[in-house]
This record gives sequence, structure tokens and C-alpha cells, in this order.
Amino acid sequence: MSAQTSAVAADPAKVPALSLRRSCGRDARRKANEWIAFMLLRGAVLIVAAALAVIVGFLIKNGLSAISWSFLVEAPRNNMTEGGVWPCIVGTLLLSLGAMAVALPLGVASAIYLHEYARPGTFMRIVRLGVNNLAGVPSVVFGLFGLALFVTAMKLGVSLAAGWLTLGVLCLPVVIGTAEEALRNVPATYREASLALGGTKWQTIWRVVLPSALPGILTGSILGVGRAAGETAAIMFTAAVFYTPKMPTSIFSDVMALPYHIYVLATAGTEIEKTRPIQYGTALVLIALVLGMNLAAILLRAWLQKRQKG
Amino acid sequence: MHRRTRETLIKTGFQATAITSLAVLTLIMVFLFMEGLPTFSFVSVKSFLFGLDWYPTDAERPDYGVLPLITASAAVTAVSSVLAIPLGVMSAVYLSEIASPRVRAVAKPVIEMLASLPSVVIGFFGMVVMAPFLQDFLDIPVGLNLFNAALMLAFMSVPTIASVSEDAIYAVPRELKEASLALGATRLETICRVTIPAALSGIGTAVILGMSRAIGETMVVLMVAGGAAVIPDSIFGPVRPMPASIAAEMAEAPFRSNHYYALFAIAMVLFLVTLGFNILADYISHKHRQAGTATL
Repeated sequence: MSAQTSAVAADPAKVPALSLRRSCGRDARRKANEWIAFMLLRGAVLIVAAALAVIVGFLIKNGLSAISWSFLVEAPRNNMTEGGVWPCIVGTLLLSLGAMAVALPLGVASAIYLHEYARPGTFMRIVRLGVNNLAGVPSVVFGLFGLALFVTAMKLGVSLAAGWLTLGVLCLPVVIGTAEEALRNVPATYREASLALGGTKWQTIWRVVLPSALPGILTGSILGVGRAAGETAAIMFTAAVFYTPKMPTSIFSDVMALPYHIYVLATAGTEIEKTRPIQYGTALVLIALVLGMNLAAILLRAWLQKRQKG
Repeated sequence: MHRRTRETLIKTGFQATAITSLAVLTLIMVFLFMEGLPTFSFVSVKSFLFGLDWYPTDAERPDYGVLPLITASAAVTAVSSVLAIPLGVMSAVYLSEIASPRVRAVAKPVIEMLASLPSVVIGFFGMVVMAPFLQDFLDIPVGLNLFNAALMLAFMSVPTIASVSEDAIYAVPRELKEASLALGATRLETICRVTIPAALSGIGTAVILGMSRAIGETMVVLMVAGGAAVIPDSIFGPVRPMPASIAAEMAEAPFRSNHYYALFAIAMVLFLVTLGFNILADYISHKHRQAGTATL
């Protein structure tokens, strides 16, 4: 359509008064098409937003009644058909924070290398290929890897330590990605100023680049903790168990975790229907934890961007 | 001199750490192969990949054919792509080209939040809300089926597709769009004929990454797909994709039994498929660099 219109417009001999009206009609149609298409595009975003609203809405509507103080601070009782989720909350927090303790140093160091030291070339390309492909490995494969290496070969057993290492390498690409972004946002003039004052590369990174990238790195690590907290398949063979009456006492203890608890109650429990409120409640606690962290990261990032502009 | 040695040491340290990801990737491969390859001592590669029956726990004559699982993964991924690709790309176009900064400031976090929903929660939603709804609404025998799983997976891959495509569209040089608008094209015509073609390689990468995420996603297909290891005859039939089989059976498979090895072999297939997808995505984004003025 546009080709025709522009052809008409481009050839002055063919634009007498008569066809002007026709091209007006065509313009109106083009405008109408545009309006319809933009509505469709807007609709797509609305569908995505609606999906989030419906999922979160359902969980809040059905889960809120299950949430009480005792639900949060008590252990499950009576074959997990009563009681609360306290051990799962503790387990999930321990797992995700420990995973970040593994991933953060490795991830930030990798990002520093990739952004500050590496020059474009084969080596950098290979390192990047490794990071990108690690990000694409399915979580269940991470679970089996953790089972084969950490649980079996390193003899850690089903334990917090095995879970930390598995989740740590799972989160590594997330941390590298966000840390690199944070480094990219540090103005080059900062580095040049430090180098001009006689600072070495390392002094520049340690005293100038890292401090100004720190908030961005923090944002990334919050996102990483959120990712680790919601992960199920990677911990079901490495760290999490159905039920344990004991709270974790060492890094070799197995733990209960919120995501696995939901899965177990919803699919393998003896009384799936009866424990429905507990399932909704647990799911609500989990998304409150995960979305809360994400919201914190998003707000932190927005605040940072504003500060940088201002 | 001393100072320079220290700098070199530090640089080498970072370089060594940067290899971690690659090392982990290699270790994953090594361990999967170590635990998976023994499978082929009791079943041939051909009857493993193309066998129609998956009865690994049968006491007398166990069968280790994973074709139904592979078909299930492919079918679920295909259906979810049909839903997710248009939604994701359209959202990306809207966010990068049409939305006002204020709408963008709200809509982008919403998509990111959808990405951050734990898969087990989406699976749970599919199980307790979507399954009964589909059963009533479409009058089908089981609500836990291929379509339901694909629908839930679509919501998980939309954020990936949307954010990667958005970056690609965002990177299209402004001059291209301005030239098109200056020639009298409407914004829609500019988007369809200039912006999207210019960003096509990035959008392709986004689609592949989204599909790769759908293939590997575990909890959703474990909880929602229905679990029957058969080749589906309709899109509302129950299926058992590869990740679901691994996750469901690993806990019961005795350590280093044939079943255990077979599950690792499935993980090998899964790993190689997703690796292939990711390398393809990487290849596309490097080979067909984001279109600048030169390529159009």
C-alpha cells in the first residue's frame, strides 16, 4: 500500500486535483490500519500483564486465608497436613543466600575480567560462549550434575553445601550479566582520571570502578537470590527433602525448601485436596519472597538511574 | 617492577576465574556423559532414541525407548512457541516503539516480574486453576495435558522473547526510522518494513532462546503435562516431556541402576538439544550482526 501511495506522491505528473481525494482516502485507511495494529500490540502487552495479575491474584485470594503468624513460624505437623512452613522458609533463605555467596565472587570476578581486562578475540569469545551456554542449561540438568558431582563424587550427600554449589553455578550467568552491566555504566572518564593520576589498572578497578558499580552489582545479586529461591528442579536431588523434623545444624544437613514443599504437597502428598490451603499459603509466601526481592531490585535500579541522570 | 608483577598476577587471577563458567559447562558435560553413556551397554542408541516404549521399571522386560518423551518435548515447545512468539515480539515492538515512557516504566517491570515467578508456582497455578478450567470450558477428559503445559510454558518464555527482542529493536539506528518517516511512511509501515527487518537477527535470537527455555523447563511440565509416556494423538492429550521424566523418576531410580543411567542419558539428550539451540542463537547474533546502515 505504501509503495503505491509513495509512487503517486513521487510522480508530480500524476497528482492532479482528482487523485488528491483518492490519496486522502488512502491516508485515512493507512491511519486506520495503524490504529488497529497498535491496538493489537497494546493488547499483547495487556495479555502478558493480565497473566501476571491472574496468577498472583489467584494465589493471593486463595492463599491469604492460610497465612497467619503460626503458619509462618511453626513446623509442619501430622504428616504435613497441618502446621506451618517455618523450616521451609529457613531452608529457602539459607539455600539462596549461600548460593549467592558462591556465585557473587566468581561472577563479579568474571565480569571484571570480561569488561575491564579482556580484549576482543578468540579467548574472550570462548569465555562468553561458556557464559551464554551455561545460562541456557536446563535446571533439571543442573540438578543431575549436582547429584553426580557434589552429592556423589564429592560425597557431600544431600546437603546444604551441595545445594549451595549447584544453585551457585546455576546463578553464575545471572550475576555475570548484571555485574557486567553495572561495570558498563561506570563512565570511562572515571577510569581515565584514575589512570592519569598514576593509578595502576588494579588500583583503578578496586578504588574507583568497583565502588561506583557496587549498587548495580547489588541489584544483580538481589535478582540472583530471587532466582535461587524459586528454583526447584536443581535442589530436589541435591539439597531438599520431603520432610525433616530437624532444623539444619551444619552445612551437611538436608533441608526443607518452599518450592519443593509446594511440589510435594501438590503432587505426592497423601491428602492433596485437604492440604490445598497449605499449598496456596506456601506458594504465596514463596512469591512474596521472590517478587519482593525483584521489586526491591527494580526500585533500586530505578533510583540509581535517576541519580545518574540527575 | 614489583608493581608490574602484581598487576600481571591479578590479571591472571581474573582470567582464571572467568573460565569458571566454561569449566562448569565442561564438567556438566563430562558428568552427564560419565553417568549417561553406560546406558548404551544395555540398549542400542537406535532403540533408545527411536524406541516407542518407555517402561524402565518393568521387572522382566524393561523398555528404554525415549521417542515418546522427545516427541512430547518437541510438541509442547512447538505449541508454546506458537503462543509465545507473537505475544513476545508484539510486546517488544509495543514497548520499544509505541509506548510512552510512562507506560514503559510500568510495563517493563511487569514483564520482568512475570519472568521472575518461580516455575513451581506457575506449575501449581496450571494444576489447580487452569486444569479444572480447561476441563470444564473445553469439555475434555483431562485438564493436565499438552495444551495446558504449553500455555504455562508460553508465559515463561514470553519475558525472554520480549526482553531480548526489545534490545534488538532498540538497537536499530534512528536514522533508518527517520528516513522512512521522512519518505512519508506511517509509524506502522516504518515498524513493519524497516525496524523489524533490521532487527530480525536479534528477534531470531530471542525466539531461539525462548524456545530453549521452554524445552528445558522442568517443574511446569512435571506438574501440568499429565505424565503419560505416549506419543500424543491430540493437543489435549497427556504427555511426558524429557525434563518431567527425569525429575519424576530420579528419586525412585536405584543408584547406578539401568534406570538411573537411562535418566542421565535423557539428560544428555536434553543438554545437547539446548546447547545446540544456544549455539545457534549465538551464531545468528554474531553472523548476522545487528543491521546497521550498511546492510539495508
